[in-house]
Amino acid sequence: MCRLALKTANDPFSPYEVLEAMEAMKEGYDGSGLGLLLRGMEFEDFKYNPRFPILSGIAESKKAWKRLDRFMEDRGYELKYDHKFHMDRSHMDGKDRYRYFLRAYRMPEEFQGKPMADKDREDELMETRLALRQDGEKHGGDLSVFSFWPDVAMIKEVGWPLQVGNLLSLHDGQIKSRVCMAQGRQNTNYGINLYACHPFFVQGISTMTNGENTAFVPIRDWLLGQPFEGYMGYQSDSEVFTHILHYTLKQLNLPLQAYKHIITPLSLKELEAHPQGDFLRGLRNVCKRLIIDGPNAVIGTLPDETCLLVMDQKKLRPATVGGRQGVWAIASEMCGVDAMIPDRDPSLDFQPMREHTVIIPPDRKELEIWSQYDQFPLSLAA
Amino acid sequence: MVPIRSVPIEPGSLTYHDLPWIIEHREDRCTLCGQCTSVCPKECLHLTYRRQRLPNLEVLSSKRGSEYRTFVGIRQRTDMVHSCIGCGMCAMVCPNEAISPVPNSVENRTLFLNNQKGEAYKRGGRRNTTGASLLDRIMFDRISMLTDPALDAGRHEFTLSTTIGRILSPEEYLKRIQQGGWIPPTREVFPFVIGSMSFGALSPNMWLGLLQGVAYCNEVLGIPVVMCTGEGGCPPWVLKSPYLKYIILQIASGYFGWDEIIRAIPDMQCDPAAIEIKYGQGAKPGDGGLLMWYKVSKLISRLRGVPEGVDLPSPPVHQTLYSIEESVMKMIQTLSMAFDHKVPVYPKISASTSAKSVLNNLVRNPYAGGLLIDGIDGGTGAAYNVSMDATGHPVASNVRECYLDLAAQGMQNEVPIYAAGGVGKNGNVAQNGMALIMLGASAVHIGKYIMQASAGCLGNEQNRCNVCNVGICPKGITSQNPKLYRRLDPDKVAERVAETFMAIQTDVKKIMAPLGRSQSLPVGMSDAIGINDKDAADRLQIKYVC
Repeated sequence: MCRLALKTANDPFSPYEVLEAMEAMKEGYDGSGLGLLLRGMEFEDFKYNPRFPILSGIAESKKAWKRLDRFMEDRGYELKYDHKFHMDRSHMDGKDRYRYFLRAYRMPEEFQGKPMADKDREDELMETRLALRQDGEKHGGDLSVFSFWPDVAMIKEVGWPLQVGNLLSLHDGQIKSRVCMAQGRQNTNYGINLYACHPFFVQGISTMTNGENTAFVPIRDWLLGQPFEGYMGYQSDSEVFTHILHYTLKQLNLPLQAYKHIITPLSLKELEAHPQGDFLRGLRNVCKRLIIDGPNAVIGTLPDETCLLVMDQKKLRPATVGGRQGVWAIASEMCGVDAMIPDRDPSLDFQPMREHTVIIPPDRKELEIWSQYDQFPLSLAA
Repeated sequence: MVPIRSVPIEPGSLTYHDLPWIIEHREDRCTLCGQCTSVCPKECLHLTYRRQRLPNLEVLSSKRGSEYRTFVGIRQRTDMVHSCIGCGMCAMVCPNEAISPVPNSVENRTLFLNNQKGEAYKRGGRRNTTGASLLDRIMFDRISMLTDPALDAGRHEFTLSTTIGRILSPEEYLKRIQQGGWIPPTREVFPFVIGSMSFGALSPNMWLGLLQGVAYCNEVLGIPVVMCTGEGGCPPWVLKSPYLKYIILQIASGYFGWDEIIRAIPDMQCDPAAIEIKYGQGAKPGDGGLLMWYKVSKLISRLRGVPEGVDLPSPPVHQTLYSIEESVMKMIQTLSMAFDHKVPVYPKISASTSAKSVLNNLVRNPYAGGLLIDGIDGGTGAAYNVSMDATGHPVASNVRECYLDLAAQGMQNEVPIYAAGGVGKNGNVAQNGMALIMLGASAVHIGKYIMQASAGCLGNEQNRCNVCNVGICPKGITSQNPKLYRRLDPDKVAERVAETFMAIQTDVKKIMAPLGRSQSLPVGMSDAIGINDKDAADRLQIKYVC
């Protein structure tokens, strides 16, 4: 089973703190991989402008590195910052990597005046990422790209979380962020592959999950049929959670609360008693292919630094959220929350049940616990 | 050698070991009660006087010759009209186990003579292919073992219902909600639907029993079972009852019974579950319905609006002026309109290599509520043997390719595919149905299985019985003869319907639980199934397992 940890704080912190929380939960996974997502970036040696998209990935060879350079240049991106990790190769397990990269770019000229949430701008970033990914796949997997988005950095590697952290010297304070998500992976059904590492990312939206999603194949088949390029990959059954969240927010333009109604809708009987039962029954029907099935905890973040936690109704061992004003943590195990925020009141920790969505808003003042039985926050549903 | 003329034979003469079923009669057990002869629907048994020679073994005596005794015995008629069909009713009524039919394992010469009077062989029933069907061989092999344990089928809560009717894309749904557009009607039903068997093909008692059973499943057991009428209309008292919501009304090329239905619309207390437009049937593709004259009783003739005692062969197609596409479109639209756009309307076709083009046609028809594909293993009340045996397409690959076609367009949720034809033909109804669902069907229709399970239909894949066409059903299931259908108690049929669906429900949970599925019916969950046949696996795009 995967172990998950998320920390979100007003003051940027080192991702190593979250890796230490992963260490606290280490009994639960097999060290087959680590995925990290950082949002709200701060670099020690560079004053980062959050408008610059950051390209995160791994180049396996000099050739791939050069190709990447050329590709980005040709596409009109101007390199503003190239983060170099202090590598301690004694922690390298297995295959040596040529270069882990986090590179901030200035957008090509035609996009520079556009607002951050402009659709063309968002599509361009995604298309660039997918083109690079495809290029790497075409060249025997010598280039992996995990994200390309403003204010987001991602690291994925095979191995134990702390070992990967030491390899990249993440404790040196060179990179910090306001949100950090980490996942220690045991891939449920499929082969070990860097792209199978959570968190998954599409257009600023990212989630990670533990538990098996047994409805994976029908959901994947449906998403692949949609006319949206970003719904691809699926090296892991958990990738569909990210894509469904993206579909809910970006394609359907529904509020975050709709996510829960889509992935684990209420039963028909429960909907009869719901104030917006008719609308939700219809939503359940049209999104039937997106109903997940498995004991899952989904933890995610959105571009505005909102964090969320949703459980499937079958989850027997719920994830925990705890913290205090300004700093919050979500982890798949209670000891993970303890490790991330030891100085909190644990009696206020919350473990969501089948109907809950926990939302940590960007101001990080207090948790919002929303129940599926509550009124749905959308005027058209009235 | 005697002159040939003294032996009573003709070209079509048969003896009992030329027949498909041979009656084994034990004279030492028979009490001559006559029950077997009176129950036999084919009247193939008759009492004869027989003589037995008792040889005289007194060698020293001057008496010569033998003595004879005369006794009454049972003989099997050997002409085609009266040849035994193996139904076994004689064995069922015999108090002394003195009689039973056994299949002739040597040769069945009736195959060459079943075209008497120039009539090609017609029968009811099934295709008669023995052995495990393809669906029987599909295994559910993706067991949740590692990360999360399998579910508890007995205690966990499951959502097993499926949807009948057109479903909008999520984007379109939200748009119409905002703008106040028409949301196509849908129904949540149990994924095993009682397939279309007409009032006419079935006896009144059978129909009543099914209807009672379906109502009990819905109202007492909470299993939302629906049944389809077939092409024979629906009795007016049902049309005007609150039970109409459990009925899918079928309209077919003969339009039988639709006068009554249209007249009853103003008096309907509720809408029917759906309207099924029959364009084809898996058991006899290219043929319309066929109700042979034997079964057109007074009741049936009134319900269908036809004279008594005439054959009722429906045309192969619906009448159309221009193209079939236009006819399909107009019919779906018309029927949707007749019920105020509040009832899902979907067509039924026989499985065929052209099914995909029908489907693509429906995709562009916003009123089409799904597609029912009926495979070659489907049953029928009456058809030409050649149609039943050799014409058609198996359902599994047809459903699969249609599903994949929809998936490629991202529309697999919008136009549900329903599958029929051979589901449960060897008794494995839940397994067969769930295999089809995982191949991409949203629901399955069962006909023969429900007759066998709920009314004790005697037909099997060795051509046992299969005389539904001529109205002599020994169990009274498919007869319009009161003497026969009174053998069937509707209450008992209803009881069996309820028992059957309770068991199917449990079996479905037992299939879903190990796969870790409970939140929704695993439609298209093709990673969960495998088959030990490489070619079939490749064709169906599922795993080959061995």
